[in-house]
Order: sequence, then structure tokens, then C-alpha cells
Amino acid sequence: MAHFQKKRGKTTPAISTASLPDIIFMLLFFFMVTTVLRTATLKIQVITPTATELTKLVKKSLVNYIYIGYPLKPYQKELGTKPRIQLGDKIADLRDIPLFLEQHKAKVPEKLHPRITTSLRVHKDVTMGIVYDVKTALRKANQLKVNYSAKKKAENQ
Amino acid sequence: MARRSTREKLSQEINAGSMADIAFLLLIFFLVTTTIAEDKGVLVKLPPWVEEEQPEQIIKERNVLTVLINAQNQLLVEGEEMDIDDLREAVKLFIKNPDNDPNKAEKPTKAIVSLQNDRGTKYEIYLQVYNELKAAYRELWEEEAMRLFGKPYDALNKDQQRKVRNNFPLVISEADPTEFGEE
Repeated sequence: MAHFQKKRGKTTPAISTASLPDIIFMLLFFFMVTTVLRTATLKIQVITPTATELTKLVKKSLVNYIYIGYPLKPYQKELGTKPRIQLGDKIADLRDIPLFLEQHKAKVPEKLHPRITTSLRVHKDVTMGIVYDVKTALRKANQLKVNYSAKKKAENQ
Repeated sequence: MARRSTREKLSQEINAGSMADIAFLLLIFFLVTTTIAEDKGVLVKLPPWVEEEQPEQIIKERNVLTVLINAQNQLLVEGEEMDIDDLREAVKLFIKNPDNDPNKAEKPTKAIVSLQNDRGTKYEIYLQVYNELKAAYRELWEEEAMRLFGKPYDALNKDQQRKVRNNFPLVISEADPTEFGEE
């Protein structure tokens, strides 16, 4: 037994690490491509509800986000505790929605305008009043493709 | 010139041993900052905004499935209280109307779902109801796809999908919310 082991130990070559950088670079590029560096910092809490009939939003550049939720603890002094709307990084009003939509539209090529989707990320406990107001604002701004953001519901019901 | 040539000679062999470390560093940075983008949701097409009141279309009462959600998040379907879990079956039954019930839709193509909520309705409940309505239609499309083409809906091409959808058109009309319970 001892004899065998000795022999094998001697013949095992060192593993070449020359290809290690290549492997790591491959991984690196994968993550670089999939990374979205900056997402809006939310001043409000948004826990989206669950649903089953979900559509994936593929083209990120064609999506703008409207958040509705309760202000987080550190901001409650200035914002109160009632549900608020956030557009991008800023807490906003209903009046700001058309401008926000226009600003996003300006970044998108003309022919893709009909495919712009607004993703409504709404906290599940918010009442429909404010959601309806936002929907009305969107309709007035002729932004009719809307996505109610939701998480996948677990299969067992 | 002589000096330059020696420098060139030296620079010909860059030590690539630290390359992996550098790459690792970058890799870890991107690993940490990555949030694999994922946004899913219930896709809805809103009706366009019109300033003046539209002339009311005359639709037979039996073709309209009225779904109401009040500020206490209770569901009222065709005047009767209902659990959200039962909504899907009720909608399917209403649209297909297999027994020719005079209170249910004449034809699937004529059926309309009218959805109204209160300003005090919880968003979560609203979305659940909307989801159930969509799911009911989705199941109808699935059945129709099987019947017409013998394939699941997702396996059909665009034209076939349209044909299936035209047999069971998804019409959800949303009325302005009532204003009994606002936060």
C-alpha cells in the first residue's frame, strides 16, 4: 500500500493556474453586463403585493418607475406618514408626473415611444385613492401601458 | 537609443501573475453591486382619457359582470358577496355560460367585466381581484387553444393567439372609484 501511494504522489503534476485569470475575467464580464449600477434610493417603503399573472418587463430603458408607499422612518418628519409618490430620486406630487414622463420620453428614440411602460411599484397596504389619482394622471398624459409591479406568488394557495 | 532598447527588452515580459488578483477584485466589486434586474408585474392597458362624458353604450345587463370592492375590502359579484378564491371560477362560468343561464353572458365575445372599487380599498386586494380576472381569461384562452389547435396557448404563434383571444376578448372596464372610505 505504502508503495503505491508514494508512486502516485510523485507523478501528480501541479495544477496549472494559467487559465485562472481567463475564467475570472469571464465571470467578471458576465457580472459587468448584468449589473445595473444605479437604482433610485427610495425614501418610501414599497413592498409589492403578490400575483400569478405576471409579465416580465424586458427592456429596462423603456420603463419608467413610479413608486407609491409610506415614508421611511428617517423621512417621516418632513414627509409625514401618509402614502407619498416618488419619481426617480425625488418625492413628488401628482402635478410632477407629466414632466417626469416627458423627461423619460426624451431619452427614448421616437419610434419606441408607444412601447414605453410605466411600472407602478405600489406598497400593498396603500389605498386605491392615491393609486387612482396616479392612474388618472397617467391617462391624461397619454401613458397607457402600465405595469402593476408584483412578486410571484408561491404555487400552493 | 541604446538605453531605450534595454527598456523595451525589459518591458517585454510583464508579470501576469497578479492579473488574477486584479480580476478577482473587480469581480467581487461587481458581485456586490449587482442586483440582477428583475421587474415583473400585471400588465394593464389603461383607457385613454376623454374630456367630455362619453355617450353611454347600451349593453345588455346580462352581459356585464359587475365586480365591486368596498372600503372594507369585501367583494361583491353580481350583487352577492364572494370570496376572492371563488372569483376565478365564477368569472369563467359567467363568460362561458354552459347552461345558457339568462343571467349570464350571451356569448363570450359579448361579456364585459365591470370593476369598481372604493378609494379606501387596499391596493393589495384590488390587485388580487384584477389578477383573478386575468387568470380566469388566461385559463379560458388555454382551454380554447387546446380545443382549436391542440397546443397550449404559449406554444401558438401570434396569429393563432389572436384568434384564441378574439373568441374570449378580455374586456375589463373600470369605473371611477366610489369615495366612502379614504385614508
